[in-house]
Amino acid sequence: MSAVDVLRPASTVDLTAKGGWRTLKNRIATALLLASFVVVTIPLILVIGTVVIKGMKVMGTSFLTGEIAATEQRAKGGIGPAISGTLVITGFATLLAVPLGLLGAIFLHEYGNNGPLAKAVRFMATVMTGVPSVVMGLFIYVVWTLRFKQAGVGGSLALACLMLPIIIRTTEEMLKLVPRELRDASLALGTSKSRTILTVVLPAALPGIVSGVLLAVARAAGETAPLLFTIGAARKVNWSVFSGANTALPSQIFANANSAFDNAQNRGWGAALTLVAIAFVFTIIARVVSARFSLKR
Amino acid sequence: MALQPLDLRRKARGADSAFKALSVAAGLLVLVILGLIAITMTSKSMPALREMGADFFTSKRWSVPDKVYGAFSFIFGTVMTATIAIVLAIPVAVGIALFTTQIAPAWVRKPMVYTVDLLAVVPSVVFGLWGISFLAPKMVGVYRWIHDTFGGIPLVGRVFGPAASGRNFMTAGIILAIMIVPIVSSLAREVIDTTPPGEREGALALGATRWEMITGAVIPHSKGGIVGAIMLGLGRAMGETIAVTLTIGSSLGVVGANVFASGNSMPAIIASDWGEADSLQKSALILLAVVLFTLTLLVNFAAVAIVSRSTRRSLGAS
Repeated sequence: MSAVDVLRPASTVDLTAKGGWRTLKNRIATALLLASFVVVTIPLILVIGTVVIKGMKVMGTSFLTGEIAATEQRAKGGIGPAISGTLVITGFATLLAVPLGLLGAIFLHEYGNNGPLAKAVRFMATVMTGVPSVVMGLFIYVVWTLRFKQAGVGGSLALACLMLPIIIRTTEEMLKLVPRELRDASLALGTSKSRTILTVVLPAALPGIVSGVLLAVARAAGETAPLLFTIGAARKVNWSVFSGANTALPSQIFANANSAFDNAQNRGWGAALTLVAIAFVFTIIARVVSARFSLKR
Repeated sequence: MALQPLDLRRKARGADSAFKALSVAAGLLVLVILGLIAITMTSKSMPALREMGADFFTSKRWSVPDKVYGAFSFIFGTVMTATIAIVLAIPVAVGIALFTTQIAPAWVRKPMVYTVDLLAVVPSVVFGLWGISFLAPKMVGVYRWIHDTFGGIPLVGRVFGPAASGRNFMTAGIILAIMIVPIVSSLAREVIDTTPPGEREGALALGATRWEMITGAVIPHSKGGIVGAIMLGLGRAMGETIAVTLTIGSSLGVVGANVFASGNSMPAIIASDWGEADSLQKSALILLAVVLFTLTLLVNFAAVAIVSRSTRRSLGAS
């Protein structure tokens, strides 16, 4: 037996060999992981396809501007009041939630840092994003609608409560990306802290914040449950947030989805197409803003 | 005459401290809202709780004419649909997260992520409309075939019972699964991304295949975070209202193993019964909302704690 034979191991692993069960397992796993992506595109295509095909049947200017049909089985009628309702209710909710959300995020990142209060608020804001929208709607019913009449503002309050934690968390993430040096430079010039935040930090983070807000608005515009308890029902356009019952696109879809009449079902699909289009447009604008203008990690 | 030096020690000016106070108040608002939800809703639910007592939680008899409100079947329905949703969503969501972070080439990664995120943009009520008029009628045949094929097997047969219609726990669960996949997969992706490159490359350098690298380095590292992401998805599934209201079938008092039975869930009964409810029934529905709020809060507490602990640990390690 030569010395070379002794040194040679009993069996050698050929690292260049193809095939074998390890490679096969790797292939199978890769295929399954790819399949998981394919599986999720199927409902996406089906949902959007159905909404577009069925929604286009009724789509048109008379549908978009017409009043809500008086009875379900009628052929005509539109969703004009629902579009105006969605605009004013979601718009007012945004007006409430954005300044409060920005201030909350400024507290978390610029003032609170990692103190116990900031930690508690950050934790609870994350938890609050998980509060079901139906609970938020009933909460506003209990504290607001019971005292005042049903009107758009109740829906706005509920939607604002849902948007607030989302805006706080996304804005805080954006503030984190603003370089420390910018703040230091501004403070070193003698600028007060509040002025530094308003004129240096916020503008630097603005594109990211705008993108986060747009995504939150797109989600809020599609919420139905909070509106069930707060805004009542209307068949005519009502541009007032504060007085009179109102309606909204999600409410119209919900009402028509349960109907046995084809005409009502078609109106539901038309409203769904309108709502999905609005949500997609907001999302795309948000993506473009954040891809083009925002600070990169 | 020398210039007067600026006194840097002076206290913050009025506007400055006012701004700070405003921002602290906005932060506190989060705590105030959550506190108010708990207090005001609990007080409004007291009439129903006094009337029903513990029966509210244990009885499944919900009869409006008799003024009897037992919510057990709704609590059961929420657990049932959320469980179906989670079981269906976990493999898909984790699979997508692993594929986009570990396997997909860099240039397809973003388009894939955007595609999955589009699902999160579709409003809940649109999923409901689609579920009630497209999915449910199409799935009845599938449910009946599954019942005919597996219905005879003991135990399994009870789970796959007869399907009276397409609106049932399973359809609601499928819709919920579609809705929570983007949430779970995007959170899981974030956690998986924190795996130190050194550990992944080390595994590959030792001759591991890509799948062995995933099971040996990525999964052990991000297990905790993935569990947290799944729990956040569970919280969403429990609280989802309109899509479930439209697809669950709205049957009262249904408790059983059959996933193809029509039933009801806590958010669904609140949304469907509110319009015609008298004051005691409204109080009972608010009590249900309190139960739902408490359950989702507990699930979210646990999820957020798990996620933050696991990301902190993994960031510390890298």
